[in-house]
Amino acid sequence: MSVYSTSQFKNGLKILLDGDPYNIVENQEVKPGKGQAFNRVKIRNLKTGRVIEKTFKSNEKVDAADVMDTEMQYLYTDGEFYHFMDPNSFEQFEASETAVGESAKWLKEEDMCLVTLWNNVPLTVEPPNFVELKITETDPGLRGDTSGGGSKPATLETGAVVNVPLFVPEGEVIKVDTRSGEYVGRVKK
Amino acid sequence: MKNQESWQFQGPLKLLKQRAFLLAKIREFFVGKNVLEVSTPLLSTAGNTDVQIEMFQTQSIKPEAEKAFLRTSPEFFHKRLLASGSGDIFEIAPVFRAGELTPLHNPEFTLLEWYRLDFLLVDLMDEVIALIKQLNDLMGVAELDVEMISYESMFQEYAQINPFQIDLGELRRRCEHGGYVGSNLSRTEALDFLFALVIQPQLVSQNGRIKGVMVYHFPIEMAALAQAHPEHPEQCLRFEFLWNGVELANGYQELTDAKEQRRRFEQDNQIRAEKDHIELPIDEHLLSALSHGLPVCSGVALGVERLMMCLLGQESIQDVMGFYAENS
Repeated sequence: MSVYSTSQFKNGLKILLDGDPYNIVENQEVKPGKGQAFNRVKIRNLKTGRVIEKTFKSNEKVDAADVMDTEMQYLYTDGEFYHFMDPNSFEQFEASETAVGESAKWLKEEDMCLVTLWNNVPLTVEPPNFVELKITETDPGLRGDTSGGGSKPATLETGAVVNVPLFVPEGEVIKVDTRSGEYVGRVKK
Repeated sequence: MKNQESWQFQGPLKLLKQRAFLLAKIREFFVGKNVLEVSTPLLSTAGNTDVQIEMFQTQSIKPEAEKAFLRTSPEFFHKRLLASGSGDIFEIAPVFRAGELTPLHNPEFTLLEWYRLDFLLVDLMDEVIALIKQLNDLMGVAELDVEMISYESMFQEYAQINPFQIDLGELRRRCEHGGYVGSNLSRTEALDFLFALVIQPQLVSQNGRIKGVMVYHFPIEMAALAQAHPEHPEQCLRFEFLWNGVELANGYQELTDAKEQRRRFEQDNQIRAEKDHIELPIDEHLLSALSHGLPVCSGVALGVERLMMCLLGQESIQDVMGFYAENS
């Protein structure tokens, strides 16, 4: 297992603490003029998403978490697991519902996602920043009203619900920003 | 400000005038008290053995020595001056500490250091407060309140423990409770942890004023060049001044005993060896000066960039430096 010294600490570094993988989100060096120096960090538990604060003695060694981000293609869900494939090795991975979490509502078959593997098991799944999805259900809009102003909820093929302008009809494919959950525009076929 | 090109002085040019004004007012303060301004060498053949400080090393400055060091403080030269009969002295000049770069540290910074003959610790604490209050009245952005508190009372008030009596196991549990993870802390390290990570963050004023705290009588293990407390041998005659939790000044009633000073230097080097840090040549000139006789005195070092940062209400010394490690 590899180790890091606290002098290597920076945002994004993945460390192992009490058996759980953490991502460093903030690192602050605390150095008294005369006295032991410390690194105070804010770290996010990659399993639970919870952020905690911990402090290490400066220059101590900390175990690295064997965590790897890989671009993978989403294949399908069997109801219990979400299946992904590494397009380089063709190796397939099963992600649990916990690992997929909120991302599930954006997952469309064949889309490329960022899968974080820990000890070769998917830990988190991030959808692409933009997805193109078909509207499966929405109220009939006001035909010809493209002036904007006003919106309505629309259910997409993956189950996500987003607000779209009144003129966008059912059956249309739209582009959505998954980070904000906001409608970006219609996709012209 | 951040859009400036890196060759430029970073920040508003009025910082140059503010710094010049600050230095002029500091000099005025000392001239008015007949304290003599001195200049002492930046390069020295001797080292500072302090376990927590790393020195810059460079080529030798004389044939028989292997290398030389950039000073981390002018303290040793000042004591040689005092033993030579200089009387009260002060210096405003650069010092160097390798590897220190945070919002509150830069490898090269300016110290204001001064020594007062026949001053007891309490006299020097009063003078430090008087200087900082005066400068704050001239330049500051908010009112300053100062509290004087012993190290022991500070721990009782802000960490609910007696730092001299608590047993090591309980002390370590307090640190874990405060978020510490890693190898077992020694007693001194654990107290450093509680001081820096539990107590200091509580010393910030909540009412728009500034909270100044003068904390005194540190544990003897943290004495460095300070005298032991004459009645409480577990304590030493050392103080720190904190501005809204930021350390601004560190002072001692100075140790005058050459034998005890040598013992502390050698002990530092022993700890350095255990920690795989380089051992440093002890300053024999300083020890000779102490043997010859250092008059009763107290001395203090104050970080000038930190002081300026505090007076101007900034969060980082880089906000007041213009040239710092990143563009030096």
